[in-house]
Amino acid sequence: MKLQLFPIVLCLLVATLFSCSRSEEKSETTQPSPAEIPVITIMTHDSFSVSKGVFEQFEKKLQAKLVIYQSGDAGEALNKAILAKNNPLADIFYGVDSTFLSRALKADMFIPYTPQHLDTVDKSLQLDPENRLVPVDFGDVCLNYDIEWFKEHNLLPPTRLEDLIKPEYLGLTVVQNPATSSPGLAFLLATISRFGEDGYLDYWQKLKANKVEITNGWKDAYWGKFTAASEGDRPIVVSYASSPAAEVFYSETKLSKAPTAVVLENNSAFRQIEFAGILKGTAKLELAKKAMDFILSAEFQEDIPLQMFVFPANSTAALPLVFQEHAQRAESPAFLDPQLIDAKREIWLREWIERML
Amino acid sequence: MDRKNAVVIKKRIFHPYAVVGLIPAIFFLLFYFYPLSGILVKSFSLEGGRNLSFLDQVFGSPRMMKVIWFTFWQAGISTLLTLICAFPCAFVLSRYTFRGKRTIRILASIPFVLPAVVVAAAFQACFGDKPFFFGITIDQPLVLILLAHVFYNFSVMLRILTGFWSSLQGRISEAAMVLGASPAKVFLTVTLPLLKPAIFAASALVFIFCFSSFGIILILGGSSYSTIEAEIYRQAAHLFNLPLASFLSLIQITFTFLLMWGYTSFTRRTARFSPDTEQIHLKPPVHLGEKLLIAGVVLFIFCLCVVPLLALVAASLTHAGKLTLVFYQALFVNTTGSIFYIPPFYAIKNSLLFAVVSLLIALTTGICAALFIRFCDRKFSSRWSNFFDPIFMLPLSTSAVTLGFGIIITLDKPPLNLRTSIFLIPIAHALVGFPFVVRALLPALRAIPEQFSEAASMLGASPLAVFKAIDLPLMAKALVAGAIFAFTISLGEFGATIFTSRPETPTIPVAIYRFLSHPGAMNYGQAMAISTILMLVTAAGFVAIEHFRKESTEGF
Repeated sequence: MKLQLFPIVLCLLVATLFSCSRSEEKSETTQPSPAEIPVITIMTHDSFSVSKGVFEQFEKKLQAKLVIYQSGDAGEALNKAILAKNNPLADIFYGVDSTFLSRALKADMFIPYTPQHLDTVDKSLQLDPENRLVPVDFGDVCLNYDIEWFKEHNLLPPTRLEDLIKPEYLGLTVVQNPATSSPGLAFLLATISRFGEDGYLDYWQKLKANKVEITNGWKDAYWGKFTAASEGDRPIVVSYASSPAAEVFYSETKLSKAPTAVVLENNSAFRQIEFAGILKGTAKLELAKKAMDFILSAEFQEDIPLQMFVFPANSTAALPLVFQEHAQRAESPAFLDPQLIDAKREIWLREWIERML
Repeated sequence: MDRKNAVVIKKRIFHPYAVVGLIPAIFFLLFYFYPLSGILVKSFSLEGGRNLSFLDQVFGSPRMMKVIWFTFWQAGISTLLTLICAFPCAFVLSRYTFRGKRTIRILASIPFVLPAVVVAAAFQACFGDKPFFFGITIDQPLVLILLAHVFYNFSVMLRILTGFWSSLQGRISEAAMVLGASPAKVFLTVTLPLLKPAIFAASALVFIFCFSSFGIILILGGSSYSTIEAEIYRQAAHLFNLPLASFLSLIQITFTFLLMWGYTSFTRRTARFSPDTEQIHLKPPVHLGEKLLIAGVVLFIFCLCVVPLLALVAASLTHAGKLTLVFYQALFVNTTGSIFYIPPFYAIKNSLLFAVVSLLIALTTGICAALFIRFCDRKFSSRWSNFFDPIFMLPLSTSAVTLGFGIIITLDKPPLNLRTSIFLIPIAHALVGFPFVVRALLPALRAIPEQFSEAASMLGASPLAVFKAIDLPLMAKALVAGAIFAFTISLGEFGATIFTSRPETPTIPVAIYRFLSHPGAMNYGQAMAISTILMLVTAAGFVAIEHFRKESTEGF
């Protein structure tokens, strides 16, 4: 009886071995087999979004299949790309944040390329003279608040960072972890710019005492905790100055006025620029170059505002009406010397984590 | 005479079973020791003038010390709570026989085989934002973590205690009773001291599991609770502080090795008692009190082990208060707005493919290792097998996150670049599953009388023929059990996979984690749906193992 089991088991094993090796062969051959249609891969963060029409346009223009890998929050996605730089996960990386720019450039993983339309981009946004990474969009990170909530609770909305540590603002704010989220890091830098290297930890300590909530990413904070955008209980959130435009755009009823407002006064906003570049080791350099051209073209750039709710880098790209009316740009964003950021970023992050988590 | 013996031994050194030992040895060298050495090098490399500043980053940092302290603290409390829950249940299960006992035992064991991400998802469904359990929400991530750990490890504790305790019932305590000792006195002076090694062994094992718990901490702990294991991931993936991550891995390895060493010395002591496993002392409940006791234990096990899983299934089937399959359907749909840009269904396909490959790797290396250890047993003194046996258990005591981290920092460049290979994940999974395969096979192999193979060789059978005709059929059942172990472990593996998986090949646990870490009812629901699928597959695998396993062979 037991002896009869043996051939059965063996057959099963052999069968699985064969079927599995065959399926692998298949999967290996299926990848290059539609070689007529090449695949171009863009690695990016979880907040990346593109409309269906432009996505198809993208594929049509390149005569290629477009694959997008969202690999976590901005910091996480970049780290994954760096960890895999010997065997790049994609052809293009979209979404290196200006605050992480030096880390990305130091990893020596991008190929210099000057795409078409780069001349339409404001010089102040171009931070890499070699164009290994080129600016694709930008936004001002600042506090957003729920107008209705403050009216209902008879409370004055915040106008400056200092307001958040007032006792009446207990438990009202949600921010992102700067170690994982790029608006989170931008906000941390805003506080450093505002309170100085000696004072910012004090401020955060007080924020903590005032029961600030910390999420890992922007999405969790905005779509998960913010009263104006979710069932959450936080009427103040760190987001973009263009977010109110999104609220108007996505509201089910026609709104003439945004339900949320932003705090831009008193240098409380921080400008964040996002970059894209071609990853070293790509097997499809020509295609990747074409893709970079398309990313900076008006067609793609005009899609950005309503998809990711930041401003296009291409200054000739027409802004949608709702953006013109409801999205704001900080007149004088908080400023920190990029070289200072580069030198101190890790230390600031470590100190922040030490105190806050 | 001596010379003759020497010749015989020399001949046997080149016995095929000795050569077979090379396969797991090479496998270990390449995929276990090489990555770990990479961690060692990385943590002591003087990269970017950081020289040894990581020591300061760990020991000079109050937060890091808090993380290390919390790792021990939560593991200790979790172990204690598990012991408190399991002890009375073990008493009842080891003493009484009643209808449905087998079912209850299997139900109580299911949590242990479930992937950590599924457990985390189940507890989120049970007590999280939208609770399914009588509307109780637990805001405290700490309570959720402890509860999930108790749920997860209850079965290990119960299994070990029950197995040992049921063999204690009877003779000795009866003798004490006859001599006039009260039940309390019997318990305190006879049962408890005899039970102590089993309690320590079980507690040590549970402590190790909680100590290196990763998925549960990462998902339920939020950003404020972190253990060494979770911190390795955060430092590497979020902060990109690789030297610090490596150093934390070293700390983690050191502690888990020490704990594992403690565990094995405890089990050796339990083995020394080697109580007879006859279970003739089980009796049916007679008094009302006994019946109530059993009913209470059954109810408790049901609440602890089954309710969270039911909550998970319920959460996967309801949307806005209505019964629906929408989350399951969504798993097969490809929307550009989704997190993956490929249908999550592909994660299921990937996981199955990886599981089959890793099963094959783990079985091949596992069979070779088991044959080799038995060969050492028989041809040399047991010292050799006592040396190799724990080495082959090493992956069990190495945290999966450490393994995954080591693999991505060493196997991504020549001489061995497997970063783009489809085999990288199965190899990592096979490493984790390998000890379980060896554990399943070894007792069966050792139980085969040596005379069988000797007789066969004498009659002229080649070693391969002996293996095919005798060993393989006799260990077939154990082989199937080991295979299912390797398969389900691969399906649920998270710690090593989150490092090694590439975006184009997410596995089920990675998909669950990604869904859970994004807001929105749709993501939440899909996490619940895919968790339910994974739970059903692993639970079915476990029931199959139970079916193939000979009654009460190994601890787990």
